Amino acid sequence: MTFDFKNKVVLITGAGAGLGYACALAFANAGAKVTITDISKNALDKAIVALRDTGAEVLGLLNDASDSADVNILLDAIIMRFGRLDIAVNNAGIGTPLQEFHEIGEAEFDRVIAVNLKGVWLCMQAEIRQMLKQGGGRIVNMASATSRNTYPNASSYVTSKFAVAGLTRTVAVEYAERDIRINAICPGNVATPLVVSLVEDLSVLATKHAMKRLGTPEEVANGVMFLASDLSSFSTGSLLEVDGGWNAT
Amino acid sequence: MKLNNKVVLITGAGGGIGQAAVRKFVSEGASVMLADIGTDVTQLLVDELGTEHCACVAVDVSQADQVENMVSTCVERFGGIDVFVANAGVEGTIGEIINTDVSNLDTVLAVNVRGVWLGLHYVIPVMRDGGGGSIMITSSGAGVKGSPNTACYSTSKHAVIGLMRCAALECAQYAIRVNTVNPGAVDTRMIASIEKGFADSGVDDFKGMVEATTPLGRYGQPDEIANMMVFLGSDDSSYCTGSVYMVDGGNAT
Repeated sequence: MTFDFKNKVVLITGAGAGLGYACALAFANAGAKVTITDISKNALDKAIVALRDTGAEVLGLLNDASDSADVNILLDAIIMRFGRLDIAVNNAGIGTPLQEFHEIGEAEFDRVIAVNLKGVWLCMQAEIRQMLKQGGGRIVNMASATSRNTYPNASSYVTSKFAVAGLTRTVAVEYAERDIRINAICPGNVATPLVVSLVEDLSVLATKHAMKRLGTPEEVANGVMFLASDLSSFSTGSLLEVDGGWNAT
Repeated sequence: MKLNNKVVLITGAGGGIGQAAVRKFVSEGASVMLADIGTDVTQLLVDELGTEHCACVAVDVSQADQVENMVSTCVERFGGIDVFVANAGVEGTIGEIINTDVSNLDTVLAVNVRGVWLGLHYVIPVMRDGGGGSIMITSSGAGVKGSPNTACYSTSKHAVIGLMRCAALECAQYAIRVNTVNPGAVDTRMIASIEKGFADSGVDDFKGMVEATTPLGRYGQPDEIANMMVFLGSDDSSYCTGSVYMVDGGNAT
């Protein structure tokens, strides 16, 4: 990789494993000062150790992105430690067991929306308040190929990811002239712990993509790095697909 | 470098975005075949960047025999094609449909759609036989939204998105990725021509109108489009195919 994020202060939420961890590793290898959060202490601790092996400065915090008090503490901690926040990757998200719509419990829907949508909403609000103070910043939200495509029996998840796309695009317009660029990335299926936990047969999943394979966490991280870098200086409010051709079908 | 030892074929290489892309590709380690309707501009660029990694060829992309010749010229000179940028395009005339001669539609579709189709037709077999590659088509902000007075151009730029999606699905089996890059208004000769076309149609401040509707509040620079082309041409985007990549300052939001 040739991205350079030397001394940039980067937050990645939900970075204990999967796509978030891959992003954190990519930023750490590119010279960034990395703050990671997760809701699992075990995953967080392992990620902190692995990231410090790159030589990067790492701050790790147990955090629930759907809790506004938690999110405010997170931002305070970043500013106390690093003095600013250059880049935020709002990645924390959950899936649901595949289930037909008429059988889904209300609490299940609320939980998915709380983390995947309100979590991004809360994080973006805290991040943007800081970025306005310091005069700019970059935000990349973890949307999904299902921000534009359907996925039967995953209606709560799909709803939350459609919403993240709308939120990203609208808020991007509001802050475009204040040097805060906000974009989203739309991954196809990647064999992350989240996907593996929900899907029995990954080979069937692979057939959804024109490339007939799943993506890798690194391929998603490459897209995130592109959107967070100055290479994408004319991009805001856009959705960048990394989906093996899923959305062309 | 992201494109070390890769061979890039780019049409419209003498245009504003084309020139910026050529410079980026070369700086990322690629060998580049510069194709354009003439060689006046591209030869100067080859002279500047050096004949070791650059060469140029004249092509009218709407003519099948010329496109075939362009592809074989690239293969003979550099041994294959890893990245194809179908970037040649014309803006045509500006004006309402009822005031536009059908010959303008024919011209714009011949270059912007037929030209891209022919490029795919001749490049894909070469890429397939070489083990894969990346193709990108220069669409436009006008490929995802309409605007008055630009029907021929906007139609052509919408059309290549459909073409891209079909090609992406057909080519995944050959390890060829196919995408579009969709620039908003970019500071080039073409946008100056469009500004003039609008002025002639009674719209005085096209630039101001675009800036007012573009969240980043300005035209893009050719380099900013070229950066996306490097991303899509490189292995950084190895899971990206069949998609539309906006570089438009947020205009399509």
